Amino acid sequence: MKTLYDVVIIGAGPAGLAAAVRCDEKGKSVLLVEREARLGGILKQCIHDGFGLIRFSEKLSGPEYAERYIDMLKETKCDVTTLTFVTDIEKKDDLFTLTLVSREGVFTVQSKTLILATGCRERTAKQVNIHGTRPAGVFTAGTAQNLTNLLGQLPTKKCVILGSGDIGLIMARRLTLEGAKVLGVYEAKSTPSGLTRNIHQCLHDYDIPLYLSHTVTRVFGEDRLTGVEISKVDEKMRPIEGTESYVECDGLILSVGLIPENELAERLGVKIDPKTKGPLCDQNLMTSVPGIFSCGNALHVNDLVDYVSESAVTAADGACGFEKESKDFAEVAPDENIAYIVPQKIDLSKNINEVCFYFRSRDVLDKCTLTFSANGKTIKEKKFPFLRPPEMERLVLDLSEAGLKKNEKITVTLEGEKK
Amino acid sequence: MKKLVCIVCPNSCELSIEETSDGINVSGNKCKRGIKFATDEMTAPKRTISSVVKTAFKEAPVLPVRVSDEIPKERIFDVMNEINHVTVKKKLKRGDVVIKNVLSLGVDVIATSDVLQSVSEEEKEEKPKKTSAKKKAPAAKAKKKTK
Repeated sequence: MKTLYDVVIIGAGPAGLAAAVRCDEKGKSVLLVEREARLGGILKQCIHDGFGLIRFSEKLSGPEYAERYIDMLKETKCDVTTLTFVTDIEKKDDLFTLTLVSREGVFTVQSKTLILATGCRERTAKQVNIHGTRPAGVFTAGTAQNLTNLLGQLPTKKCVILGSGDIGLIMARRLTLEGAKVLGVYEAKSTPSGLTRNIHQCLHDYDIPLYLSHTVTRVFGEDRLTGVEISKVDEKMRPIEGTESYVECDGLILSVGLIPENELAERLGVKIDPKTKGPLCDQNLMTSVPGIFSCGNALHVNDLVDYVSESAVTAADGACGFEKESKDFAEVAPDENIAYIVPQKIDLSKNINEVCFYFRSRDVLDKCTLTFSANGKTIKEKKFPFLRPPEMERLVLDLSEAGLKKNEKITVTLEGEKK
Repeated sequence: MKKLVCIVCPNSCELSIEETSDGINVSGNKCKRGIKFATDEMTAPKRTISSVVKTAFKEAPVLPVRVSDEIPKERIFDVMNEINHVTVKKKLKRGDVVIKNVLSLGVDVIATSDVLQSVSEEEKEEKPKKTSAKKKAPAAKAKKKTK
């Protein structure tokens, strides 16, 4: 291992792996830091298929997708350190000093740039106000997936799933295949949170009912979960009194949202977008702190790994081309129909011919028109037959003809018919 | 008219299927794969499945697997039953066949990870715990030699 690197990448999931391979291609010295024993991140336990349709034009399982990148990484000169935690990062004189802890002890390395590929975390039971006792049998979908797919232990025989996020839907099918009874998926919102195809191939195929506008209001059980109380909720997702019913089960699986993990970024003073809960970035995915880049689920929660890898390449190119701080930014200003848009600002001193935007609508909308404009002039108008919040959209724009100036706003408006 | 959601790719196209005298008419699909999906779905629906098989290795108690191609939807649980009866004792690689031509369906069950490549030879503890903890270690070593 060296003492000074061009790029240090934190996290060796799909984002970190793709970033490392790209930085090596560009001739940079790279250190990839991973806290787990094995590379691949969450894909190690995502044994279902459907990964890589865009990137490889194949239907791969999670481990296959990750291992393709791990194989590519083996051909590079990148240094890799596993079972290693980053405990501290300091920035001084345009250099980052990282304190790392591994089984060899505590050591420091220096780096010219950083790529944060730290992924995201699941929201837990305590974050969704579930009351009652604290019995065993309440798992996040990711924990249930880890137990089932990496340890070969079935965590429940008869369960209820709260939340219709993709991992919850995938686990509904997975647990059913392993012989567990999934009594139903309960979603507090009036529309599903997961991809439509997952509602069909994971729930409908196995006759698992989906209850919209319902939530779990209480858990029962001493040592082990014995049942849950289900209530209907109103349009503001508040439980309606008198609608409670009891469901007997030994497992409650939570799939109630993912939050980008940015503790390291925040400690470095990186500004966080309250909408994405990831860093505010420019088109090269550089954060508000010069030299620090963000990608993958740490940047915003993606629904497809293919775009995680894509954003990692963008961040890697940004890090490899980084020289000095820029000061000429235009701001991207979305309206209230857009849940979020990435990047949130445009560095006018860099290439703006091919800016890749990722966005989601706030509500389910039909016959939509998305308009980018600046100075009252339309840059681009795009129509979508429908937009759904669980399905991220991607759009590549050439902003070079828009005549953008420093501190100018690029207004992004979304119009459509609400269902 | 029947409505289906195509599950081939994340676009999740909403397909409308009209049954006519000479077959079916599919609309709403963004690509050709939607027509094939609708045709299969109306005649003989197919799916892929992924699961894990038990291994003899302590460090990786299970190995992820999937079917190499689609299988009839109504045979999913039959194939799962086959998968659940396998214990992998060799260090299989990604893509290696775990069950050849499963249930004569013309598809294999294949390993989808190289996880066993990096495990040590240490075997899982045997279920019947007759031997004491002291005796276990040499027993495990003896097994190692036979590999």
